Amino acid sequence: MAHFEKAHSLEEWLDQRLAIKTLRRVLAEEYWIPKNINFLWAMGMVLAVTFGILVVSGIFLLCYYQPNVNLAFDSVNYTIMQEVEFGWLWRHMHAVAASVVFLIIYIHMFTGIYYGSYKKGRELIWISGMLLFVSFSAEAFSGYMLPWGQMSYWAGMVITNLFSLGSLELNGLVEWIRGDYVPGQAFLNRFFMLHVFLMPLIIMALIGLHFGTLRIPHVNNQDGEEIDFEEESKKYLAGKRREAKVIRFQPDFLSKDMFVVSIFLIFFFYLVFWHYDFAMDPINFDPADPLKTPPHIYPEWYFLWSYEILRPFPKDPGLVAFGFAQVIFFFLPFLDKSPNVAPANRRGPFKYWFWILLVDMIVLTMMGKLPPQGIYSTIGLVAAVVFIVLWIILPVVTKKEKAV
Amino acid sequence: MADNGRRDFMGKVFGGWAALGGLGALYAAKKSWDPLPSVKAAGFTKVDLSSAEPNVLNVEKWRGKPIFILKKTPEMVAKQSEKETARDVIVGNDHFLVCIGLCTHLGCIPAYRPQKHDFKCACHGGEFDASGINTAPPPPSPMVIPPFKIEGKTIILGEEGPEYKKMKEAGVIA
Repeated sequence: MAHFEKAHSLEEWLDQRLAIKTLRRVLAEEYWIPKNINFLWAMGMVLAVTFGILVVSGIFLLCYYQPNVNLAFDSVNYTIMQEVEFGWLWRHMHAVAASVVFLIIYIHMFTGIYYGSYKKGRELIWISGMLLFVSFSAEAFSGYMLPWGQMSYWAGMVITNLFSLGSLELNGLVEWIRGDYVPGQAFLNRFFMLHVFLMPLIIMALIGLHFGTLRIPHVNNQDGEEIDFEEESKKYLAGKRREAKVIRFQPDFLSKDMFVVSIFLIFFFYLVFWHYDFAMDPINFDPADPLKTPPHIYPEWYFLWSYEILRPFPKDPGLVAFGFAQVIFFFLPFLDKSPNVAPANRRGPFKYWFWILLVDMIVLTMMGKLPPQGIYSTIGLVAAVVFIVLWIILPVVTKKEKAV
Repeated sequence: MADNGRRDFMGKVFGGWAALGGLGALYAAKKSWDPLPSVKAAGFTKVDLSSAEPNVLNVEKWRGKPIFILKKTPEMVAKQSEKETARDVIVGNDHFLVCIGLCTHLGCIPAYRPQKHDFKCACHGGEFDASGINTAPPPPSPMVIPPFKIEGKTIILGEEGPEYKKMKEAGVIA
């Protein structure tokens, strides 16, 4: 038995037994953040808060949701929306947060690409972040099944059909995933399990990993400057705060973080109260009907770009292109051959690569929403080809880059 | 250290034992996601064809999927190629198209256009003729003919009758 002195406060009592002061120091008060960063570095905290909103609103929805093909639709659209006090609030918060979280993820990702925050020791930050993106995609898709409306059902049908892998016709695999010949009770139940338990668990574990990968290389900054955090933190702790290039995470940086979070929350609740409809598809207000296809099946806006990479090609090449689009971002740290850590606009040809990629993905998103006819098909096909070519030429574009 | 030799051995024994358990657990996990026996058993549908109208599409439900049943007019049959006739389900003197009404591209349900005698899939613009053969991309193959058995004027979906087996051998079911 270790020796304990009598504690004089609750904090001291906990510190003796849990070392909370050490924990706070290591995790927050002596976790160093560079000074030369802008509001885009607050997106991580915005994401953490949004995820928190999703979890809390999800818990309240879970109290009334019925994962049964005959009851699911009404449990959402009648029980939660009409009967449960403030049920509408939980549902709209959950739906809007689910949509907005992807907007913030995309901003967070493109910030990382623009400032080169995936290179030289920061590869794992990027890779764990991409794993989070994939997990959020699985979480969003499995959640979309739950209201069991027309779009839930047919999106489920179309996406699980991808697992017949084109001409391989792996019907056994598709039926194994569905637990039935078509989406049905077994399918709804297992996606419910994924959405409310397994995927959130994985996401929480990955958030922990993502924070962990950040710890040693530290946060990048607007100039891609390599900062000696050891040295700078000594200056700060010695009281030379003006000279030091770093500040403490808590309370210095966190105050700025929470300011940006506050602005975000104003925008978020504006959407929740006045524009929740943007996160609701009208087709999903019809109950699922296995014998009636909606005229035009499309995913939510955040999946449109990859859907549009699948769509313009014939079945097999389409699947290959779609698979390529899903995994290629993981390889960014290894396809970018330049050692420069700098904003894209100081990196020569990479500047054009970055902006073309961003515009191309916006074009793909727009075309993915439009019916695949005439000129839209052509634009979609060109944009899909541009996307693939961009990634193929990235090593060449960055190989010849001059040192910054 | 001699001690460590013993510990290593214990570790290997545990590891091997755990791997066996892991394999067993994987097998159980795989099997527990298989379609249930009740789902598999509910796979038979009987349809009476005697009252079918020519050039009017009937949609039946079999294993949760829509089944297209289309009685062809004599003019339609006369215009058909051999390849198309090979896919006809013949009951008495009547020719029928019987197929799973899902586009072979991504599984949407095509709509029948009676004046054109063809199917158009709204999702990605695929087209099929009145025999369910794909005539415009993206669908890569004809609509699938489900297992069927003819009993007088009735067709049983889900059972393999002699006519179905013949089609299967000829390779025209999909």
